[in-house]
Amino acid sequence: MQLTLNIPVLCAIPLAPLIGSLIAGFFGTKLGGNRIGHGACQFVTILGVTIAFALSCNVLSQVMDGFYFNGTVYRWMQLGELNLDIGFLIDPLTATMMCVVTFVSLMVHIYTIGYMHGEEGYNRFFSYISLFTFAMLMLVMSNNLLQLFFGWEAVGVVSYLLIGFYFERQSAVFANMKAFLVNRVGDFGFILGIGLLLASTGSMQYDVIFSQNTALAAQTLPGTSWNLITVICICLFIGAMGKSAQFPLHVWLPDSMEGPTPISALIHAATMVTAGIFMVSRMSPLFELSDVALSFILVIGSITALFMGFLGIVQNDIKRVVAYSTLSQLGYMTIALGVSAYPVAIFHLMTHAFFKALLFLAAGSVILGMHHEQDMRKMGGLWKYMPITCLMMLLGNLALIGTPFFSGFYSKDSIIEAVAASHIPGSGFAYFAVMASVFVTALYSFRLYFWVFHGKARWGHADAHDHHQHAEQGDDHAHHGLAPGQKPHESPAVVTVPLILLAIPSVIIGFYTITPLLFGTYFGDSIFIDLARHPVMKELEDEFHGPIAMAIHAFTSPVLLLVVLGVLTAAIGYLWAPKLPAKFAEAFAPIKKLLDHKYYLDELNQAVFAKGLIWIGSILWHRGDQKVIDGFFVNGSAHTVGRFAGVIRHLQSGYLYHYAFAMIAGLAVLLAWVLYAYLPFVR
Amino acid sequence: MNITLAHYLVLGAILFAISVIGIFLNRKNVIVLLMAIELMLLAVNMNFVAFSHYLGDMAGQVFVFFILTVAAAEAAIGLAILVVLFRKTDTIDADNLDHLKG
Amino acid sequence: MTMTFDPSTLFAIFFYGFAGLLVISAVRVITARNPVHAALFLVLSFFCASGLWMLLKAEFLSLALILVYVGAVMVLFLFVVMMLDLDIEHLRRDFKKFLPVAFLMGAVIVLELSIVIIRSFIGTNAPVQVMPEEVAANNTLALGRLIFVDYVYAFEVAGVILLVAIIAAVALTLRNRKDSKTQNIHEQVNVIATDRMRIVKMGSDMAAKQDTRGEKK
Repeated sequence: MQLTLNIPVLCAIPLAPLIGSLIAGFFGTKLGGNRIGHGACQFVTILGVTIAFALSCNVLSQVMDGFYFNGTVYRWMQLGELNLDIGFLIDPLTATMMCVVTFVSLMVHIYTIGYMHGEEGYNRFFSYISLFTFAMLMLVMSNNLLQLFFGWEAVGVVSYLLIGFYFERQSAVFANMKAFLVNRVGDFGFILGIGLLLASTGSMQYDVIFSQNTALAAQTLPGTSWNLITVICICLFIGAMGKSAQFPLHVWLPDSMEGPTPISALIHAATMVTAGIFMVSRMSPLFELSDVALSFILVIGSITALFMGFLGIVQNDIKRVVAYSTLSQLGYMTIALGVSAYPVAIFHLMTHAFFKALLFLAAGSVILGMHHEQDMRKMGGLWKYMPITCLMMLLGNLALIGTPFFSGFYSKDSIIEAVAASHIPGSGFAYFAVMASVFVTALYSFRLYFWVFHGKARWGHADAHDHHQHAEQGDDHAHHGLAPGQKPHESPAVVTVPLILLAIPSVIIGFYTITPLLFGTYFGDSIFIDLARHPVMKELEDEFHGPIAMAIHAFTSPVLLLVVLGVLTAAIGYLWAPKLPAKFAEAFAPIKKLLDHKYYLDELNQAVFAKGLIWIGSILWHRGDQKVIDGFFVNGSAHTVGRFAGVIRHLQSGYLYHYAFAMIAGLAVLLAWVLYAYLPFVR
Repeated sequence: MNITLAHYLVLGAILFAISVIGIFLNRKNVIVLLMAIELMLLAVNMNFVAFSHYLGDMAGQVFVFFILTVAAAEAAIGLAILVVLFRKTDTIDADNLDHLKG
Repeated sequence: MTMTFDPSTLFAIFFYGFAGLLVISAVRVITARNPVHAALFLVLSFFCASGLWMLLKAEFLSLALILVYVGAVMVLFLFVVMMLDLDIEHLRRDFKKFLPVAFLMGAVIVLELSIVIIRSFIGTNAPVQVMPEEVAANNTLALGRLIFVDYVYAFEVAGVILLVAIIAAVALTLRNRKDSKTQNIHEQVNVIATDRMRIVKMGSDMAAKQDTRGEKK
């Protein structure tokens, strides 16, 4: 169906979920008086997202035929020569993101019907996730930095609302504040970058900025000798670091598991965290000009990919394993950006969205089936009771570790090859990081799989006193695990159908889309690569001989060896010799302690930044505000005026002759002043 | 000895100075204060008339005419105030008039 | 015997005579112990000033000075001085103490003013500008012409000033007779019932009670 994609239709894409969210939000919650019930809310929001998804698919098909749109929809403000507009830019990159976002959002909406069934705040949840969809769509469809930033902040706000969904829990409130504040640190860098761009190009529209990119490359930051583009790109990337949870601003993501599982899937796997990756790809004309920024991105991504993977090995909470996996994969995407392989990064973003959402939702299904038990030590042997979930999780994990022919394989191996082909500073470390992460990823993924679904069943006995353990943050739920005698069960269809629907692209989409996406002209002008300086994509293209050849070639590469090693290690540790991990942990106790405390980064943040800011605040309050401003300026000036007046008032003696005397004396002085030149001895 | 304008002006200055001295000396006696003010006005009038004569312009004398009028009015009111003050305080000591003390 | 006096010398003699007397009597005004003396010396100064102005051919003004100033204002002064019963000693208590400062101030002022005058006028032999003939002939007529034609507005205002002075002087010193009966509208309007009337409860008359008792029986 060929729909003319004019402005009203394009506006409908973000607005449909927004309207659904508003209706559910106002009328379905206590705010509007609880007028409509669960059924109406879920219908309205799902309808909104479905419309958005259908239209996005249409947009994608038309974009593949060559449709392009870049225009202003509404002029919000005009400040002198600066126009602040709402506008859309529809090109292949945008269309890809739109489809991914709306598809995953739709799956999550349907999944929520089953997952949040019977929970309090049901309508509020639907309103929030629709609102999130609106914000994310505004972000990806924008054609200027201001709207991008609006979407950026809006997804941050909705993420805050959703992480703290169970707002009566102390840990949830702590987590949502942490997420918001760490995000804010990143946003600070982002704003600086936007400001620099605005100052040096005079506009926030992408096309205007990109048309001046060569002029910008020659400038330095005024007052320093630093290259302006490098500074801008690093500032923009700091924003991406906050949003996409790169080291060291990653600390919020594991804590964000306080929120319900659907949002972990939607926001913290598939969509919000990819906003940073999307932004860097969108700004590729700028990033290509600065090698320093690219190396910086590469190193940060490598650190994230490697070290977060290590943390995934020691987690006991099923959601946290997947969270650290997300962090590690985000590191992969960032590495791809750093080596100038932007299409590969977007490709991995897309495949990752599918299989990570699948993994999260499957984990949620497990949690649901275990009556909200999240600790993996209390699971085991669940394949008998939850076969569909088990199979879906297996498929997701296979895609994640990079099994040939699965979608994750194509995207991950492309990244590995791209890193191998790059020679910019930092690529050596990056290569080591990605290779090591392959092993680590396989290890923790199958550790999760074997521990949860196979092996001995560790649930159903002596759960009573486990309810009172508060060892880890985020473990206290309202209802804990299975009661003695209760058996886990498979989840309802509203939960498993989205899993199946997500598993399909997780398996096949890599195979079908790698050629056009990476080596065809799909991305066209939406991504700019300076092939003369960063010939990575070209080398990849030279070595690419088709998806089947790539898969078969993998059997001879060391990568697959690492994957197999990882799976075997997991099997040994968690399937065949379950006592082994404990012995390992004892042997490497200091390392285990370091990993358990997440490299002590949280403690560092609390002790240095949080306490430091509180200390500064208290100093400013006591000394700055109370002593200086109140004491010296305000009270001091009043006091001084009082004392001065107390002295001066003695001039007002009340006696007439004093006043007359003062007048005449003044007259004499004045005359003397004026007559100074008339004095005979003054020439 | 030619009497020039300067002579008259110096005379006026001397009268003015005498009146200022008078204000300083008689700060307690309000009646003499008023008389000193009349002297001051006389000095000014002297200047005006002298200028009128030596510059050939009648405007000076017109000015003196009006100064005379106003001086008379001011003397009348000043004395009326003095009388009322004396009724109230039974003395004309200016030291008593310190109600405006700050 | 013909007296061949140079007119300017005569002028100078008269000038210095009148001026000297003026200055001396002015000094006596401010240093006289008795205020009546001071007032009388002030009268003398005005007479001298009038003489000086006559020399300057300002006849109307010199006579007006005597008639108005001496005749009215100084008489008023004398009335007031004689009416008030003053304690002179108390008033002149600090006279000697103030003398040096006062003299200094006076000297400074004379010096400054003289500097201006001497620097400006000495050495310049600017001739006396002679007034036009019809002006010089009749001083009063010329003055009248100016006042009633060019400065008539100022003249009217001067009249109003005098009116205001009259009213002010009367109003300030007005004393009402204690036993005069006039209406104070403000007070009358603000009256309330309790100012005029007082209700008194009284017991019934004992005698009347006795009577009725007798009748009842």
